[in-house]
Amino acid sequence: MHADSWWKRSRRRLQYWLTRSKRQLLLWEEMEFHIESMVQDLIAQGALEPEARAAARRKFGNMTRTSEDARSVWIAHWVHDLALDLRHAFRGMRRNAGFTAFVILIAGLGIGASSTVFSVVNALLLRPLPFHDPERLVWVVNQEWGMQVDNFRDLQAQNKSFTDLAGFAGVHTGASALTGVGEPERLTNSPVTCNFFTLLGVQPTIGRSFAADECQEKFNSPPATLLSYGFWRRRFASDPTVVGRTLTLGAKPVTVVGVLPESFDFASIFAPGTPVDVFIPWPLTAETNAFGNTLKAIGRLRPGATVENAQTEFKLLAAQLEHEHPSPERNPVKPRLTPLRRHVSGRFGPATMVLACAVGAVMLIVCANLSNLQLARLGARQRELAMRAALGAGRSRLLRQILTENVALSGCGAVLGVALAALGTRAIAHLDAFDIPLLASVRLDLEAVGFTLLAAVLTGVLFGLLPALRVGSFGEAQALKEGVRGSNGGRWHAWVRNGLVVSEIAFACTLLVGGGLLVRSFLRVLDLNLGFEPERAASMRVDPSLRFSGAAQRNAYVDEVLRRVRSLPGIRTAGLTDVLPFAGDRSWQVSGKGQVFPKGQFPPEPYIRVVTEGYFESLGIRLREGREFTEMDRAESEPVVVINETLARTLWPGQSAVGQFVSQDGGRRVVGVVDDVRHMSPEQPGGPEMYMPMRQTGDYGAMNLVVRTAIDQEGMAAAVRAALRPLDPNLPASELKTLQAFVDKAVSPRRFLAMMLAGFAGFALLLASLGIYAVISYAVNERTQEIGIRMALGASAASLQGRIILQTLGLTAVGLALGMAGSLVLTSTLQSLLFGVSPEDPITFAGIGALLIAVAAGTGFIPARRASRIDPMVALRSN
Amino acid sequence: MGTRKAKAELLPGTLDMLVLQILLRGHLHGYAIAQLIQQLSDDLLRVEEGSLYPALQRLELNGWIEGEWGLSANKRRARFYKLTVDGRKHLTEESTRYLQVTGAVARIMGFA
Repeated sequence: MHADSWWKRSRRRLQYWLTRSKRQLLLWEEMEFHIESMVQDLIAQGALEPEARAAARRKFGNMTRTSEDARSVWIAHWVHDLALDLRHAFRGMRRNAGFTAFVILIAGLGIGASSTVFSVVNALLLRPLPFHDPERLVWVVNQEWGMQVDNFRDLQAQNKSFTDLAGFAGVHTGASALTGVGEPERLTNSPVTCNFFTLLGVQPTIGRSFAADECQEKFNSPPATLLSYGFWRRRFASDPTVVGRTLTLGAKPVTVVGVLPESFDFASIFAPGTPVDVFIPWPLTAETNAFGNTLKAIGRLRPGATVENAQTEFKLLAAQLEHEHPSPERNPVKPRLTPLRRHVSGRFGPATMVLACAVGAVMLIVCANLSNLQLARLGARQRELAMRAALGAGRSRLLRQILTENVALSGCGAVLGVALAALGTRAIAHLDAFDIPLLASVRLDLEAVGFTLLAAVLTGVLFGLLPALRVGSFGEAQALKEGVRGSNGGRWHAWVRNGLVVSEIAFACTLLVGGGLLVRSFLRVLDLNLGFEPERAASMRVDPSLRFSGAAQRNAYVDEVLRRVRSLPGIRTAGLTDVLPFAGDRSWQVSGKGQVFPKGQFPPEPYIRVVTEGYFESLGIRLREGREFTEMDRAESEPVVVINETLARTLWPGQSAVGQFVSQDGGRRVVGVVDDVRHMSPEQPGGPEMYMPMRQTGDYGAMNLVVRTAIDQEGMAAAVRAALRPLDPNLPASELKTLQAFVDKAVSPRRFLAMMLAGFAGFALLLASLGIYAVISYAVNERTQEIGIRMALGASAASLQGRIILQTLGLTAVGLALGMAGSLVLTSTLQSLLFGVSPEDPITFAGIGALLIAVAAGTGFIPARRASRIDPMVALRSN
Repeated sequence: MGTRKAKAELLPGTLDMLVLQILLRGHLHGYAIAQLIQQLSDDLLRVEEGSLYPALQRLELNGWIEGEWGLSANKRRARFYKLTVDGRKHLTEESTRYLQVTGAVARIMGFA
């Protein structure tokens, strides 16, 4: 057939279909005319009218059939049948509203959960990063932290693997006060190298990126800034004229040169949970070089270059650099390269896969459950189906009808599912306190809706298939007869239904074990001794917006802040620090004074914290030995430090550290030893730490007030701000954040996974118990007569109940055995996600087993009780 | 419920060709087409109504004939069909093909 005529034909087909009811009538009229003409001819040949009419009708045959045949030329059979089946399905749904609502609810919950998880998987693992050609981007770090500016510059200039190398200052994601326009506000800024946006291929929505000369100034007085889209919308109501304006940032004038596009969500990719307001240039100068290991770099691979080759090249270059500029002159660099995608979300790969598998298992349970329900309902519909078969419906026709009904049901479930997934993805995307990259970009997009539709059809076919296959046996006329209840294919039927329930229990068991292990790990993490007590501790940025001329002025500010805050009612203790736990990874090499390390061995590299007196007490860090800082540790007094136990043990094993001297600043006396604090994450030991008194150094980038409150922190932030306002009228408004919030954020990925999996497991348990209930009560209904006879013969209610509960437990035992065996195999893949719990944790396994048995016994008890109350006379008479 | 396609009485495709050929005579309604086929074949070929109407629908769908409503000899509304340009072309093609096939069959059977 020519394409042209095919096209014309299709158009006509559509046209006919659209006017089908009119066409149908006309066809009918045409055929009536035909018969009438035949009648007229017969009469003309001498027949009497009634006989002529009858003969014509006889000759014409079945008019309905002919018209259907004629019509089927342009409407395919199946379209018509589908429409009929759908209508039938919806009529059936209305008739069984309760059953329908239940099926749609279960299917909807299952589909909603899968679409939500799919959206998460899509955002974290599948969707490309929102950069130009993201597959070529490579994450370059120095072991696990940043690299020094000079090293970065040399690597940038000398390497041949990348078209360019850009970076951002990982440790200096700082804050600067925005003053001068409206209420002063503390902004989160991220310093980036000049070429950062160009390298990523991010074009500002308005304005331009940084120019080369804007990246040469002093770090503390950037001439230019780029606004993030969210900040621009929030603070400037998306006013495009803000570009070109001058803002006062950290008491310095800064020109806004551009606004970044909405699609560029720096925070969700590089610093999840901390939205970045503005970007400032990170000049590659001697000044920033002195800041140490600061730069986290991203490279764009040249065409043809691979990450492996680049890694080899960087290793060689680094060795060369270390040789040319040995240690005191420059920090050593040990470049580690990973594809950017893997760096961003790679560590969440296993967790996301676990979620995906879990939701898959939930879906299978949903299908098994619905399959079971449909089988039960099919029993009730036996006579209807047998009637249809007797009236000439072929087996495949009945099969198609059942499948259509089920797909229609799951389609309705999908509508509910999409609604649920829309809510779910919104909720997930707004979990801003969660330390999981790209979570903010989770949304219900076209792909997810497509996935949902696919899931719905698959679900419908999957849970409809068994019942549909069952239909085949309805051909026999005996099903039409009254009274042969359930005997029809009963044995096979029972096998299938029991099999479905057993598999439901097995899947639920596996999910429960997995969920149980993750929840237990999560609880273990919460139970950890963090080295500090987050309860009732809170913190707030109090960096002054003023510039100080020297140490005396700066220390006066420190004194005054502490004095004013301590005098507030409800504040027990207060202190200042430059970094809070779980933030900041500045470290220096420190040795005991006079200690010499042999070649190839290096002194420990403790994390540096600059704090005041009251810090340890406010945070609840326990003093082990010596004293903590006091107000008297000032610029003019003896230089001192406090170190943690790990550093004390490393530098002076077997001796008291108090009274010893460290090499720092030409010698500082150790006055105290405190407990280790877990500051990387709650799950990792912290390593060595050294605390320096704030009044003895100017080398800190931020000032955080840490307080321990006697009462609730409600309203405390306003009181603190009011107390500090006279000191610095431009002190930006910021909130008092509880330390617990920091801990929560640090454990949020684990919490997220544990919560999701526990939710799925709970849903699975509910479904499995529904399945058990359905099967047992069906069996009881089927055996009403038998039970009646038993009771008439003297069986006691208790023994009957026992038998039924035993049957339930039998099914559960089989399911449990399978589930436990499966769990033992599967949980070993969970290993990397567990903490302090072994994958074969006997407590979890035993607990889940007991839980399932209890639930099964409980659900089996309801039909058992009903059975024991059967009146034997009624039961015997009923058939 | 399930419906089944009518079995063609004639060789497959022949009915379509016959209807087109008959319509060369002008606008005709379904009954007249059936009558003419019967008469012209000396009552040898009888067109089942069960095949005729699907055939007419098919021909119309393919754009070979066009139906329009008009009045019959006894003043009743009837649907008259006429051949389209495409239909004429198709008829020529079909007749040539049919001739070839029957000729070939006849040669094999030794009729020619």
